[in-house]
Amino acid sequence: MPEIRKLSYGEAANAALRRALEERPEVLVYGEDVGVPGGVFGVTKGLRKQFGDRVFDTPISESAIIGSAVGAAMFGRRPVVEIMWTDFFLVALDQVVNQAANVRYVSEGRLTAPITIRTQQGVAPGSCAQHSQSLEAFFLHTPGIRVCMPVTAQDSYDLLLSSIACDDPVVVIENRTLYHGGKQEVSVGGPVAAIGGLRTRRSGTAATAVTWGAMSRQVVDAADVLAAEGQEVEVLETPWLDPFPWDEVLTSVAKTRRLVVAHEANRTGGFGAEVLARVAEAGIELAAPPVRVAVPDLRLPSAPGLAAAVVPAADDVTGALRQVVAAR
Amino acid sequence: MTETETGTEVLLRDLCDMWRVRLLEEKIRDLRLNGDVVGSVHLCIGQEAGPVGACSALEPADALFATYRGHGWALARGVPAVGILAELLGRATGVNGGRGGSAYFSAPEYGFHGENSIVGGGAPLAVGAALAGRFDGTGRVALCVFGDGAMNQGSVHESMNFAAAFDLPVVFVCENNEYSELTPIRDMVRADVLADRARAYGILGERIDGNDPAVVRDRVGDAVQSAREGGGPVLLELMTARLVGHYIGDAEQYRQPGELERLAENEPIARLERTLRSAGTPEPEIEAARDDAAREIETATQEASAAPLADAEAVRRHVHA
Repeated sequence: MPEIRKLSYGEAANAALRRALEERPEVLVYGEDVGVPGGVFGVTKGLRKQFGDRVFDTPISESAIIGSAVGAAMFGRRPVVEIMWTDFFLVALDQVVNQAANVRYVSEGRLTAPITIRTQQGVAPGSCAQHSQSLEAFFLHTPGIRVCMPVTAQDSYDLLLSSIACDDPVVVIENRTLYHGGKQEVSVGGPVAAIGGLRTRRSGTAATAVTWGAMSRQVVDAADVLAAEGQEVEVLETPWLDPFPWDEVLTSVAKTRRLVVAHEANRTGGFGAEVLARVAEAGIELAAPPVRVAVPDLRLPSAPGLAAAVVPAADDVTGALRQVVAAR
Repeated sequence: MTETETGTEVLLRDLCDMWRVRLLEEKIRDLRLNGDVVGSVHLCIGQEAGPVGACSALEPADALFATYRGHGWALARGVPAVGILAELLGRATGVNGGRGGSAYFSAPEYGFHGENSIVGGGAPLAVGAALAGRFDGTGRVALCVFGDGAMNQGSVHESMNFAAAFDLPVVFVCENNEYSELTPIRDMVRADVLADRARAYGILGERIDGNDPAVVRDRVGDAVQSAREGGGPVLLELMTARLVGHYIGDAEQYRQPGELERLAENEPIARLERTLRSAGTPEPEIEAARDDAAREIETATQEASAAPLADAEAVRRHVHA
């Protein structure tokens, strides 16, 4: 029976892990500091105490963490491992791209690697250049890997459970600033949703704004400003980037003929470029040149003032929306 | 091995199994040179004692993870030659329907969990197979094979330490053929004995004669048993030599004059035949070991070559669930 509980974004992920461990004996939860300490962001708090050896701490060895999860999954386990900061994925990309993504394909489905890799990313004041990157495009370039980015506490619960139930390797990219977003009402205990889908945060015909992850907040704020100016923007938030809701996004863009894509990742090669490319390939004739709102192509600075200068704010999105709406 | 089997019978079977690997590899070389097989091919000619000895120490439920030089390991593990050849020939009946090729095929139904084209990339997977065994209660041992070059990969260090930290039943087998691809390992590692690194992980390590299948079986068998009984991982360094290049087409400019002739003296097949002869084994029995292997490989080649090409219609399947 579903029940409504007040949970933070991180607590909701904890509730999802707890439920998965309770319901599926094949689930294992491990990673650096996730066991006894309960995770540096507290997401795995209390799980070790309740589930014993199925929740454990590992050496600081990202290749061994991800690769052992792949190997264990090939033999019937369903590991949920944590890569503490998404930047740390880079020391272990072989195990994601060359190993996990190939298991099902090369074996023609005789073997699978149903692993869930939780991580968190994003720019936060004081975070250094090796703790601030947004790397979703790295995974989206790899067929075989599913990717989602929870935005709300409800997402945090639902997407994690859907990922654990998924028979493909899934990268769940949480967001560090959202851990501190306060408690929200979360429905827990309901049926596990299928992967995929999108959320229409606002409906409208003046323009389509597509966004994901922590940038959603700025986009919704910007759309509110446009609405006050009499322009109703359709805001499409995509919790799943693979599978991506192409049909719904293209339908909206065909309707509004004006497009802004906003993300926290760097502009060049970011997934926003893929959205623009698909719109072009679909032959959708736009009334205004599309605009990408993204971090400019530079390394990320630590000082709060510098970080704020490069990460798009709601004003930047507002400007972009005004630009596409005004163009004739 | 059955209790009634004599020592000679075991050695004759080793000889036949090594011939199976040798003749499979020679067949693959021919098929590559005449263009029927394409792409990178890495042969293990000269290294046959490792796979033959080690695989005979494994149980069916154990998991083997090999390298891109893995044809011999697959065959020794029980993967039929016809499935391997069909895979290399790009046939639909190949063990992976043509998706793996020479350097990245697998046959999980035979406990062969893949070659790996990334040097050291299979080590974390082997750790995971052993980890799963801890929870499913099978007592499965994972045997992880890699070359001397892989000893310098981070993934291998991480895996040995990870397995050691949790006493996981992983037997790490380093085939030291003294060349990391085209570069002598002695130029890349200051220490002589790679197995000595085991001490740094708090596990057992041993350098052994990798050109004697009986020695390999014995030492791998001990390691497997110890790992299965909770003794944790073991690192074995098998000293061997490949008598061919790193890949077909390798000019082998790194060889010293007379080196190949010297290595041939110690190559495992000739060596075992000498042993059998000096023990008085009748010549027809020695010849039969080779002839049986030759018949099998020839039949497998004909069957694989006659199979239909891999199905291009199916190439988009199995990316996702």
